[in-house]
Amino acid sequence: MKLETLAALNAERAARRPAIVVLDPANGEQRLVKASEIAADPLRAELSTQLRMGTSGMIEVGGRKLFLNVYAPTARLVIIGAVHISQALAPLARSLGYDVTVVDPRTAFASPERFPDVPLIAEWPDIALPPLNIDHYTAFAALTHDPKIDDPALLHAFERDCFYIGALGSRKTHASRGERLRAQGASDADIARIHAPIGLDIGAVSPSEIAVAIMAEITAQLRLPKVDVKVNAA
Amino acid sequence: MLNRDEDILQAAEAWQRAGHGVALATVVQTWGSAPRPAGSSLVINDDGTFLGSVSGGCVEGAVVTEALEVISSGQPKMLEFGVADETAWNVGLSCGGTIRVFVEKVG
Repeated sequence: MKLETLAALNAERAARRPAIVVLDPANGEQRLVKASEIAADPLRAELSTQLRMGTSGMIEVGGRKLFLNVYAPTARLVIIGAVHISQALAPLARSLGYDVTVVDPRTAFASPERFPDVPLIAEWPDIALPPLNIDHYTAFAALTHDPKIDDPALLHAFERDCFYIGALGSRKTHASRGERLRAQGASDADIARIHAPIGLDIGAVSPSEIAVAIMAEITAQLRLPKVDVKVNAA
Repeated sequence: MLNRDEDILQAAEAWQRAGHGVALATVVQTWGSAPRPAGSSLVINDDGTFLGSVSGGCVEGAVVTEALEVISSGQPKMLEFGVADETAWNVGLSCGGTIRVFVEKVG
């Protein structure tokens, strides 16, 4: 790989933009296709299929075998609430390869002593979230139990099409959350996207166990074939 | 979606800019129960320092040896490792899969 290609690829990755390297293994020739260039590429059909699946692989085009190496952004986890569960969830998510950010305007909760080595933003969601450039490659967990903090954060997560959105709270709490969010303009499809009660049902009791349940659910959402069809598909 | 290969690709770029010879090894094809999917990669510099993986640790040693040769020759190579492939390589995958690894010089 040419150094210029490697540098350009690293720049796309740093900016969290997907990119694909097209390699002809027969002669070592390769080129970088940025996400924005796919639509005009002769291999656009193959490139977009491969990017959608998020997997790298060999294709055959006109008798030539090409390797498409898909570089999708590193998954992130944004946690709303610097609560006890988050103290277990943040390191667990990091060990699974996620970039983790914790947001909580309550400075008593959002303290570096409670969250060593985790990027921590002690601001309200409307200030903290927009600069994070939350995207489809982000999982989002609202854990404060406080509608003043969780609700605006969830509305932001809907807008940014996070691949996973979860919120702490019982079914009853979630029902009233749905009503509040609808009153603020969320659609039924948005609300249906929230995993609540959060986490796979593994009988989790302690904060660490709940963290495992949440990461298991996020992993399933990331890795299993999608079965849920978007209700609001145009 | 979920991989940390950017870290090793950044290391490869930094090594190259610091004047090292660098090679990139990438899994381009897998059959059977290969330990790491296509796209997994390993970067190696001329010290023999390497980051990343192309298997569960079974063939990394052989890949590093080949990569050092690619760094000095500049010619890319396709390596194939499989459990039954005893003629070409003296290492194999204990999991029973087969992988094809493309090794190329950076720069």
